[in-house]
Amino acid sequence: MEKLLEMKNIYKSFDGVVALKGIDFKVGYNEVVGLLGDNGAGKSTLIKIISGVHSFDKGEMYIKGIKINPRRYSVKIAHSLGVETVYQEKALAEKQTLWRNIFIGRQITNKLGFIDIRKEKEETNKIMRVFMGFRGIGADADSAIRTLSGGEREGVAISRAMYFEADLVILDEPTMALSLQEVNKVLKFIQDIKNKGKSCIYISHNIANIYPVSDRFVLIDRGKIVGTYQRKEISLHELSEEMIRHTEQGKPVSQSGRKL
Amino acid sequence: MNNLYNNSKAKSTTRYKSQIALIIMAISIFGLFMITSPEVFLKGRIYQAFLSTVPIMGFMALGLTFVLAMGEIDLSFPSVMALSGYIFAVTFEATNSVILAFLVGLLSGAIVGFINGSLITLIGIPSIVATLGMQFLIRGFSNIISSGLAKRVALDTTSSYKIFAERLWVIPVQAIWLLGLAIFFYFLLLRHKFGEQALFIGDNQEAARMMGVNVNRMKTMVFILMSVVASFAGIVSCYRMRTWWPTMGEGYLMMVMAAVFVGGTSMFGGEASIEGTFIGAFIIGSLEAGIVAAGLSGFWTQFVCGILIIVSIIIHTLSKRRKGS
Repeated sequence: MEKLLEMKNIYKSFDGVVALKGIDFKVGYNEVVGLLGDNGAGKSTLIKIISGVHSFDKGEMYIKGIKINPRRYSVKIAHSLGVETVYQEKALAEKQTLWRNIFIGRQITNKLGFIDIRKEKEETNKIMRVFMGFRGIGADADSAIRTLSGGEREGVAISRAMYFEADLVILDEPTMALSLQEVNKVLKFIQDIKNKGKSCIYISHNIANIYPVSDRFVLIDRGKIVGTYQRKEISLHELSEEMIRHTEQGKPVSQSGRKL
Repeated sequence: MNNLYNNSKAKSTTRYKSQIALIIMAISIFGLFMITSPEVFLKGRIYQAFLSTVPIMGFMALGLTFVLAMGEIDLSFPSVMALSGYIFAVTFEATNSVILAFLVGLLSGAIVGFINGSLITLIGIPSIVATLGMQFLIRGFSNIISSGLAKRVALDTTSSYKIFAERLWVIPVQAIWLLGLAIFFYFLLLRHKFGEQALFIGDNQEAARMMGVNVNRMKTMVFILMSVVASFAGIVSCYRMRTWWPTMGEGYLMMVMAAVFVGGTSMFGGEASIEGTFIGAFIIGSLEAGIVAAGLSGFWTQFVCGILIIVSIIIHTLSKRRKGS
């Protein structure tokens, strides 16, 4: 059966340092996958390859059955294939206004490339009402990002992905540095993705709060996948133990992961 | 709702605070000149002179504003002015075609810009170092090909002389070119996706990349833009003096940077003021004449210029800080 995303034997190195050593990774339609692992395991590199920021050196990648050419692939192509990545506030430009941040890279322009500012602001106001629930905060489409709080910035990043209706949403540490209330918003967002029949990959160190909304977990260690677990078959406690065991042992023990 | 309204109103006043300060500064400087030497500054001639000399510097200041918006710097433009001026002059001499000479002249600038951009994006050299090297290289190259000799260019015999060197009624045409270019750059920076992407790169390069901006291509294009306006400045200088000379552009580096900084564009990238640069160019470009006319020696020029730069940057920085809090 065709998968939404299929990666086979993916290799990637930076200046001689091998970050990914033959990754096989799949995400099905309407599936929520948690990508787990310690710092430096290669999680970020993997999602940056999927989202078109980095290319890969070796291996094959298919999105919706379309073979990806690593030389040609880009964030723009990823967007056009319905792959949307939320990097939290890391992907916001602080001095620029909210409306410019929502539409950067996908500006609403006329044929000459001039931006339809009124339209972009209108859409931004709509996004703020519908997705962010910004009411009475005092922020508007013209506010610079630096005037917003951490939670509000995250709201902007997530709303941007929701607005562009992705088929595969990638979330980079979605619950890090958030208040409990904000974490609930993120969980609701993931649940919405699932309910709409879309897919999601998220990266996390700490899975306690995202465990319930996930379908499957993939554990990465030192550039390799060391375990794949269906949520139905593993409790949160067992999963945490697996993660700890892999990091402590410092070497992959793949036979203990329930391979699928 | 009330809250929202107050907030946006407060924002628009701080947004214009440093522009207002700049305009007040410009008016008081010219006011001072009028008091100290009324015989010069209450007559039209000096302003006509400014309107034909300041634009040469203004073209490059506009280009540099774009480069700074992107968080980069270009030091090579004074040499590009000389190189392209020379190429324009010899092409005109050889073919007698103004159009061809213009195209070749601007193309030579575009090539330098492309080399600058490639050094910065492909090899990864910081722009200040790459363009410093290019500044020497291009100056040396134009000296070699010209043997360091000035060249007369008989442009006053062509009909294009009216468009690039004479006056429209009492206004020197250079000033009209500068105004046109400033309006174009204003829209390019704030209304076009080209400018928006440059601002994002200056603000947060990684964010720009992650949101699908082709950072390397954008940077190269902005460096090409900068060099092409420097070429244009060189060509317009040839028209003005009907001569090309080997030291063309020397002395402009600091003046142009001063104009941009006085105008309120910062080195940090992510924000820029085209209108500020426009006013800044006229402030910096008129200082020397004003100081000399006031009877002070030329030594005072740099001193006063320095005070102006420092004071205006303090004003811009403070008004931005208040905006942030």
